Amino acid sequence: MTLETTSWPSSYGEAAKPRMGFFTDTSVCIGCKACEVACKEWNQVPDSMQGFTGNSYDNTIDLGADTWRHVAFIEQRVPAGVLDGASLVEAVQRGEAVDGGVQTYQEGDGFRWLMASDVCKHCTHAACLEVCPTGALFRTEFGTVVVQEDVCNGCGYCVPACPFGVLDKREDDGRVWKCTLCYDRLKDDMEPACAKACPTNSIQFGELSELRERAEHRLAHLQGAGQQHAQLYLADDDDGVGGAGAFFLLLDKPEVYGLPPDPVDTRRDLGTIWAATGAAALALGAGLAAAVWGGER
Amino acid sequence: MTETRSYYGQPVIKQPTWKWEVPMYFFTGGVAGASAGLAYLSGLAGNDVLARRAWITAAGAIGVSPPLLISDLGRPARFLNMLRMFKVTSPMSVGSWILSASGTATAVAAVNELTGVLPRASKVARPAAALSGLPLSTYTAALIANTAVPVWHEGRRWLPFVFGSGAALSAGAVAVAVTPVECARPARRLALAAAAVEVASKEVMQRRIGEAGEPYEQGAAGRFGNLSRACIIAGATLLARRGGSSRPLAVVAGGLLCAGALSARMSILKAGYQSAADPKYVVGPQRAAIRRGDRTGSSRRESKLHVIEPAFGSPATAPVQHDALGGQPMAGR
Repeated sequence: MTLETTSWPSSYGEAAKPRMGFFTDTSVCIGCKACEVACKEWNQVPDSMQGFTGNSYDNTIDLGADTWRHVAFIEQRVPAGVLDGASLVEAVQRGEAVDGGVQTYQEGDGFRWLMASDVCKHCTHAACLEVCPTGALFRTEFGTVVVQEDVCNGCGYCVPACPFGVLDKREDDGRVWKCTLCYDRLKDDMEPACAKACPTNSIQFGELSELRERAEHRLAHLQGAGQQHAQLYLADDDDGVGGAGAFFLLLDKPEVYGLPPDPVDTRRDLGTIWAATGAAALALGAGLAAAVWGGER
Repeated sequence: MTETRSYYGQPVIKQPTWKWEVPMYFFTGGVAGASAGLAYLSGLAGNDVLARRAWITAAGAIGVSPPLLISDLGRPARFLNMLRMFKVTSPMSVGSWILSASGTATAVAAVNELTGVLPRASKVARPAAALSGLPLSTYTAALIANTAVPVWHEGRRWLPFVFGSGAALSAGAVAVAVTPVECARPARRLALAAAAVEVASKEVMQRRIGEAGEPYEQGAAGRFGNLSRACIIAGATLLARRGGSSRPLAVVAGGLLCAGALSARMSILKAGYQSAADPKYVVGPQRAAIRRGDRTGSSRRESKLHVIEPAFGSPATAPVQHDALGGQPMAGR
């Protein structure tokens, strides 16, 4: 079944809820960072001042233990929504940029500004959850992935297992933290704080099947308007993580936004890994026996 | 290859948070696991002197292992949560159980060796310790290979052999240092053979994984790698020439080989950190596989819709009318 994860909905039976997620349409993100602020306030995430980076307006830097939403800012010299090479000013005058539905461009001579609010992907095949030795990471009834703070012992295994670099350890606390997709708010039929705060509906929250349908329309609009590089990211079940609960509409390649172009759940290679590990253990046994009974040399 | 695009050159995946205790445990766990095997088999072969020393080595090495691991936890008081589940998808969970079983068995065997108590229990404990010592020596390779870190994940077929031979090398090295030369012949054979396999297997791994293996040559990983090779070659040469005749020189050789085995683990750990920190090694191979057509990647430019509606300014105002994906039609938000 599409959207199905390893332990949702099967392990919840009647208690399973529809799989919920985010569709982040970066083409209408204005870089206001309301999502970052709302997330911090609601989830009481500690401050994460890391100084002034000089990387456009991005001083949040990346996702981590204390940054569960991160707005990326990319500055490019690419005329926006303009097929004939006209300047952006001309395109704006002709209404092309607006018709293209792209509102993320600063007025100017072909300067394009990409903004995107990144978040935990709540993968269908979540490596963090699979490698967690304590079971602190679990799949909720909404199909999302959440760390139980009363179970996590800070072993750190999920940190390098995540192909997106989402999880990290909070140093003074010792445990790992990440986006919960506002599990507490979902329990009370409320939408996550970031989606609630987003003024342009760049962050859309809802049932994943519905969001995917909405995203297909949006992609068709943008492609039809000449946005040839518009692309849906993590919107299909057959990619390396089985698709994600939080997926994106991007206007350039994923790596431009700091996202991996082909993330893969490490569990897919676990069979090979255990086989090699077993073979090496047997070889070690044989080597020890050979050393002990190896003759007189 | 073409230049990798990235977001201000920032890492795409996180570096592990593990500190010095973890590579140290990779070493002590290997010493313990392979020493238990060496002790049991030496006992069977009638070399009681070597068996006794190797049991004590195994017990000492496995005794310091849990404290090392616990001190690396962010919440050390919650160490028992490691045994809250058994998950084959988590080599760390599997390893926690192996370490618990092997630790118990090795402790019983060593106590019996020293005091003679627990004779019955040790009849079971000795083979159990020897047997569980084998995966104890190699599961740590599965642990780091089962991550998104390119240099570890790409090396998944070879890493267990590097770790297994490293365990044999360090167990043999400790044994030649603590055992009288006339009884240490099996340990010398073990150390010398394992030294060759360790250096060769790490070299093969580095070459087979191609560009992903570059971090092994860079920075701290490169320095630890060079140190490791130098120590192992010097120690093995000394052990082969004089290890059978001079105990002091055997001690020096054993020390060099142990330093070499530990440096090799440091090199592997550091290479992982360096490979995670550089988007070139994370994004580069992924993009290259997409370009070659081996993988499709996670993004798609073609809509699954066949009917394209007129463009609207914002999805907030765009009504959705078509039922293209088989779901229920939905209202605009």
